[in-house]
Amino acid sequence: MARSLKLVVDPTACRAHGLCAEMLPDVIRLDEWGYPILGPEPVVAGRERDVRAAVRACPTLALRLRRTDPSC
Amino acid sequence: MTTTAPDLRRDGVCAPRLLAGWFATGAPADRAAHAARYGPLPVADFRHRAGRAELVETVARAGLRGRGGGGFPTARKLAAVAAARGRPVVVANGCEGDPASLKDRVLLEIAPHLVIDGIVLAATAVRARDAVLCLGEGGLQVARVAAALAERSGTDPVDVRVTEVPHRYVASEESALARFLTRGDARPTMTPPRPAQRGVHGRPTLVDNVETLAHLALIARYGAEWYRGCGTAAAPGTTLVTIRGAVWKPGVYEVEYGTPLESVLDEAGGPAAPAGAVLVGGLGGAWLDLSAAADVAYTPEELRAAGADGGGVAALAVLPRRACGLAETARVVRYLAAESARQCGPCMFGLPALADDMTELAVGRGGPATPARLRQRLDVVRGRGACAHPDGAVAVVSSALRVFADDVERHLTGAPCSAAGLRPWLPVPGVGAWPGP
Repeated sequence: MARSLKLVVDPTACRAHGLCAEMLPDVIRLDEWGYPILGPEPVVAGRERDVRAAVRACPTLALRLRRTDPSC
Repeated sequence: MTTTAPDLRRDGVCAPRLLAGWFATGAPADRAAHAARYGPLPVADFRHRAGRAELVETVARAGLRGRGGGGFPTARKLAAVAAARGRPVVVANGCEGDPASLKDRVLLEIAPHLVIDGIVLAATAVRARDAVLCLGEGGLQVARVAAALAERSGTDPVDVRVTEVPHRYVASEESALARFLTRGDARPTMTPPRPAQRGVHGRPTLVDNVETLAHLALIARYGAEWYRGCGTAAAPGTTLVTIRGAVWKPGVYEVEYGTPLESVLDEAGGPAAPAGAVLVGGLGGAWLDLSAAADVAYTPEELRAAGADGGGVAALAVLPRRACGLAETARVVRYLAAESARQCGPCMFGLPALADDMTELAVGRGGPATPARLRQRLDVVRGRGACAHPDGAVAVVSSALRVFADDVERHLTGAPCSAAGLRPWLPVPGVGAWPGP
């Protein structure tokens, strides 16, 4: 299996701007305090462009893409 | 191994290892007393390449695991640091941020040379030339450790210095220590990278609890088989446990892994009042119903199976049956909320919310919606901090809802709490009897 991409948030950097949930409502929901809740699933094929746009839009650079190596 | 190993058992029970000198003399061990008891520091045996590998291998065979609460295999950490790029540094963690625990302070006060031996040996194993011993700011053990270091000045191949760390619950988390020693800010960072890869000033950093290092100093002297002569196959050796709350003789005890929980409490004289529950693992630990858990073997695995995740910090706080577990838990969570480093939103906002919900339940202001909302918030907060601090708050609240389920029901019906007005039992700094904001 090829390496896949996973969205992660650095919780120490996130300031709850909420743009990520605006741009990816089907992937990210916000908790009652406005912080993003991300599932453990890798990025679905075909959504890489949208996901990268959301990563670029994060005002505090808290949203990141991490390559996940299935072997580890 | 040139030194004769001390007896494993005395009168049929596992003989104390770390606390042996204290029990024999009632005095802190200076260098001469330490050397007479344990023999010379075998550092020359481990300085060449084969010796370093042998030390890591011996620690692996001994099955030594971290005593700071995480229980990570010490040999794996040693190997990771030794294999990382760059000159490593050793950080001995004696900060002991959890108010329920006293064992590291006691160890540092009565057997400082055992800890320093462990630092020197661990540094040797990973080829570190310098080490930092981190202590809570202003503690009594600071002077004791400084005196011990002065006694051995110039005789160790490793430069050990002491740094005092501000008191904060999360300051002793390993990434927080690495950040503090690099930039003076004792707050956790997002991992990876872990300090073993990139820690203090970017160097591979071995962060080990001081008790872990003291055990390592004995394993280096007497070998893996001696170490495994007490405890269970999965959890060999002994461990220092702080026992407090409603027991006759609160204090720090050295306990053989695998001892039934009830016998562990008997070390401290047993319950001083009909006991209801015990908080296992410090203030970020979990409640166990003592009548159900009396026979649970004190090992990380058995405690996890019983509902106290891995044991955590080795501290037991006994709550008498007449006390209110909900009020105690509300006070604990209020404290944990105040101790948040306020970096991560789910911790900064979630913990006060958990404390508010717990307070509602404790003081009888909750409605039928309160437990459901609290459970939903537990699911939201769990796992969403950079460190495990919010998870500790989630663990103590979840276990309270389980162990004190009858009390939750009673409080919701508005029945008066039989414990109202009693003094609090748990050591929760800065939070009074009233758990509200």
